[in-house]
Amino acid sequence: MTVVREPIWDDAPAGRLQGVARHSVGLFASFGWAAHILWESVLSFPGVVCRRNSRADLVKQLYVTGIRTLPVVTVVSLFMGMILALQVGLELRRFNQEIYLGAAVMLSLVREMGPFSCGLCLAACVGSAIAAELGTMKVNDEVAALEIMSISPIRFLAAPRILALFLMAPVLSFYCCVIGTIGGGVVGVTQLGVDFAQYMSSAISIADTKDLFVGLLKAVVFGVVIGTVSVAEGFGADLGATGVGKSTQRSVIVSFLMILMLGYMVTRMCYR
Amino acid sequence: MPEALIRFENVTKRFRGTAVLDGLTFDVMKGEVLCVVGPSGTGKSVTLKHLVRLLTPTSGRVFFDGTDVTSCDGRTLQRIRGRIGYLFQGGALLAWMTVAENVALPLEECTDLPDAEIERRVAKALEDVELSAAADKYPAEISGGMQKRAGLARAIVRESDVVLYDEPTSGLDPVTSVTINRLIRKLNHELGITSVVVTHDLQGALTIADRILLLKGGRCVECSTPENFVKSESRDVREFLAAMKGETI
Repeated sequence: MTVVREPIWDDAPAGRLQGVARHSVGLFASFGWAAHILWESVLSFPGVVCRRNSRADLVKQLYVTGIRTLPVVTVVSLFMGMILALQVGLELRRFNQEIYLGAAVMLSLVREMGPFSCGLCLAACVGSAIAAELGTMKVNDEVAALEIMSISPIRFLAAPRILALFLMAPVLSFYCCVIGTIGGGVVGVTQLGVDFAQYMSSAISIADTKDLFVGLLKAVVFGVVIGTVSVAEGFGADLGATGVGKSTQRSVIVSFLMILMLGYMVTRMCYR
Repeated sequence: MPEALIRFENVTKRFRGTAVLDGLTFDVMKGEVLCVVGPSGTGKSVTLKHLVRLLTPTSGRVFFDGTDVTSCDGRTLQRIRGRIGYLFQGGALLAWMTVAENVALPLEECTDLPDAEIERRVAKALEDVELSAAADKYPAEISGGMQKRAGLARAIVRESDVVLYDEPTSGLDPVTSVTINRLIRKLNHELGITSVVVTHDLQGALTIADRILLLKGGRCVECSTPENFVKSESRDVREFLAAMKGETI
């Protein structure tokens, strides 16, 4: 599959209506293009593991995705948990039900906020970097050079990045939940007068396997979507530095929107 | 009679309604150095990209060794690309790999050669482009001229039949330009590599070319030996030569 694409139309649109029609078709073509990249990447996963250069890149991408984003993910999830605990705790205090603070924070984090905040961090930190890196490679002809050497840019560049996000997103999401719960506990103890042991006991008792499974499923979906969108936007970059900037911006915006929409769809599917 | 390895047959390419190539027809003979010259925006780089199907023509056909590149299947295209080396303007080296790793990349990814053989070929390619000393450096640590030579080593390491050069001397100082031009000629003489060189460097083209092709408005207006090119009575050639010398006619 070639990733150095030409415009769909050789000629300029005849009028405004044709321009709008072409824009719509182009939008669908972009979805198809991203889906095709994902499919080809999945087919390339065995090649990523078997080939030396791709394997080295996968290890690097796992490090970039999993370790380098830890500081941001830690801060975001810590404050997410603290804010949740404060907001929920103040309401619970009105009814003298602070003992349920742990359960409320844990449930919010595991079901929604953990994967959601992790997805946003990954889209902002990793997805944007992927789009910028691949976009720069594209406008510097490095992607074309790979194609001419008969090296698939999908297998060589896209697959390790998507695979790394697929593997690390659920791990980071789980980490988000843990840190967020601890953050909530700190607020509960220091500002709401909740006993930490009671808080943790309430949190652990509410979490069931289904919630954890759905949360991790969301994280996996977010990881794959962020990877695919970022790679597709990177490969679609043109017109020099401006084009790379636009692709990077689009990758973050589209990833955010997809995270919100797919988050709702997975929730709707799993909690009827 | 020499054999045509590459043939452009009435190739037209339009971008948003504008014809960048307009019925371009020419041949490249086996073992020759063809320099493609012409003002900016006349489709020189676009011409090269058609040969490896980075672009497909709006109409017309491109043949490589008798095979229609514009309509062949993916496997055939891969085989054709395997016989062609391409030197991009900036070298197009991967930033996270050393020069030697960049040069070894096509062999590691596309062949089953043992490591020792890959090392030998990489060393030979780097020696051919006089870059052995920079083998362990990263692209960011070497000059533009060295990056182009590294790109050239990568283009020839698979023992290509053809090397396509996209502005090999642009942005280089005169001394480095002479070095690159000397390398192109040396690779042609010693390894018999057919070369298509897109360039603005007319002086260099006159030195290295077996034939010079002048593109104007996406068409071939002259294709002749350097001697005949400078003597040409064609108005387009006279204008181009005068523009290169900074004169008007």
